[in-house]
Amino acid sequence: MMDWRKYLLTLTITLIIFLTALFLNNYFDNKRIENIQGIQNSISTDIASSEIQFSLLGEFSCKTVDDSILSPELNSLADRLRYGEANIGNTNSNIIQLKKDYSLLELKDYLLMKQISARCKKPSASLIYFYSDKECPDCIRESYVLNALRDQYPELRIYSFDYGLDLGAVKTLININKLSGELPALIIDEKVYYGFSSIEDVEGYLPILKTLSASSTNATSTKKNF
Amino acid sequence: MHFVSEGVTYTFLFLTLYWEIFMLVTFWEKRGDIKKEESRKLTTFPGVTVLVPCYNEETTIGGTIQSLLEINYPKEKLNIIIIDDGSDDRTYEVISKFKDVPNIEILRKENGGKYTALNLGLEHAKTEFIGCLDADSFVHPEALQQIMPYFDNPETMAVTPSLKIHNPNSSIMRMIQNVEYNLGIFVRKISAILNAIYVTPGPFSIFRAQVYRDLGNYRHAHNTEDMEMALRLQSNHYKIVNAHKAVVFTVGPKTFHKLYRQRVRWTHGFLENLKDYRFIILNAKYGNLGLMILPLSFISFFATIYLVLISYYAIVQSIISEIVYLQTVGFRPSWNFHFHWFYVNTATLSFVNILVAGLTLALIIIGKRMAGIRDRRFMDLVYSALLYSFIAPLWLLKAFYNNLFSRSTPWR
Repeated sequence: MMDWRKYLLTLTITLIIFLTALFLNNYFDNKRIENIQGIQNSISTDIASSEIQFSLLGEFSCKTVDDSILSPELNSLADRLRYGEANIGNTNSNIIQLKKDYSLLELKDYLLMKQISARCKKPSASLIYFYSDKECPDCIRESYVLNALRDQYPELRIYSFDYGLDLGAVKTLININKLSGELPALIIDEKVYYGFSSIEDVEGYLPILKTLSASSTNATSTKKNF
Repeated sequence: MHFVSEGVTYTFLFLTLYWEIFMLVTFWEKRGDIKKEESRKLTTFPGVTVLVPCYNEETTIGGTIQSLLEINYPKEKLNIIIIDDGSDDRTYEVISKFKDVPNIEILRKENGGKYTALNLGLEHAKTEFIGCLDADSFVHPEALQQIMPYFDNPETMAVTPSLKIHNPNSSIMRMIQNVEYNLGIFVRKISAILNAIYVTPGPFSIFRAQVYRDLGNYRHAHNTEDMEMALRLQSNHYKIVNAHKAVVFTVGPKTFHKLYRQRVRWTHGFLENLKDYRFIILNAKYGNLGLMILPLSFISFFATIYLVLISYYAIVQSIISEIVYLQTVGFRPSWNFHFHWFYVNTATLSFVNILVAGLTLALIIIGKRMAGIRDRRFMDLVYSALLYSFIAPLWLLKAFYNNLFSRSTPWR
């Protein structure tokens, strides 16, 4: 005798379990998106505050300005956005929107950093990185290099942009730097470097990195002397 | 492509979960009946003949016979027929030592395969109940007392025991099989309740002699005569049940190579017998066996291969990316590990995978308890989780290859 009721009961339980798993996944993905949005809002406020602070202080700002005026949370935001892209999906509309917002925040931070650098005659340790998720095997390797450099030189500011992102500001950045479309591409001191660049290559393009390393070592040893 | 592969993965996991829940619901529903079965006692002792076919089993056959002699059952009611299927080692010498035991009969023939040895034994069996015992297995003294009460139901035509691996801690391969056999105890019991047993294992399944009179003797059956016999019974609506407290120990292959050969043979036989009895599949006349157990067993064959192959693929991918990372930036150890909920994997597949693994563990534990096994060691579970699913596709693929190209699998 077939017990059809048991077949149906089992089907119902299995469906409930699957739907619960789907719901939980959705719930945590939304929480992640909210988390990223929260960080973006906080960075946005930080940048606006820094811009106003910098304008108010004018010429005197150089005495008080150091790197701490720039938002330190950009890196952690980049990590979470990358994780979100990989796990929630890079075609998810929320993720694409967050990526656009992130790119705008990066540009604002970049412009503020350039202003500080120009006004205070302080060379900046920063670079712009263009990548693509599609058909760019070297982009994965380049991201390894840049992550390693960021760990090694915490003062280094890396502004990464998806070359294919449909955002006017990013397209303008591409146009003013006359990028050919070959990827990965690094822009350092307004000079474009196409193709894969190793750690040593980037250190060569950005000699200030060595100084930063030396000054941070000095600062540490000075501290130790106290 | 990614969408398709995710769809296939979800479908396989859904079916696995469905099967596990179906088994657990059935267990929950029948747990009272299972308990009641355990308290039944044997009042009459009908005559039983146990056939022991052997071929080059010099190391285990002595123990097998000894275990039969130690069975708690009236000696005059228990006949043992040992059939040497043309062994070319010391097997015959070992079994000859038992020639003076009154209830032991020894037969010797030219090598012709296990089913021919069993059929010769059947010709000599005179009792109403006939069992077989592989020569690499040992019976628990109470096993027959546990099995025979099930024949009080005149509809019962065959009774299967619970199988355990003998001396499971003697090798990693045996530990892995131990977990598999513990799961098998549960699955066989629930399959019996669902009237859907499709293997009457070589180690100590007992049949009514009427089965052989009605349905005929053993067949070659692609070297898996125990599956063919069960399917023959099922296709004739003969009832097969399971005595979960009747424990039989079998010597599992010790090395990977031996296990691989055994499993290629089993899987090849499974696919070939399924082909021979395909009329049962999706046929409501055969109840749960036709509508669920056989179709799901067939699907699980492909599901295991598929799910493990995509896991292999994911592991290879991560190894490649690790190598690329090391080649690109060198070895850079980092000890700043900060836990944050953001990075916990909460994908739907992870939840379902954890649940499937958890339920499998539950089935294994219930299986152990059913057979009265009180072993709290868990290293076998660890080895099984790490190794079993990764080695199983090797024999599944080989058997599939053999089936596709009609290659036969040797008995040894």
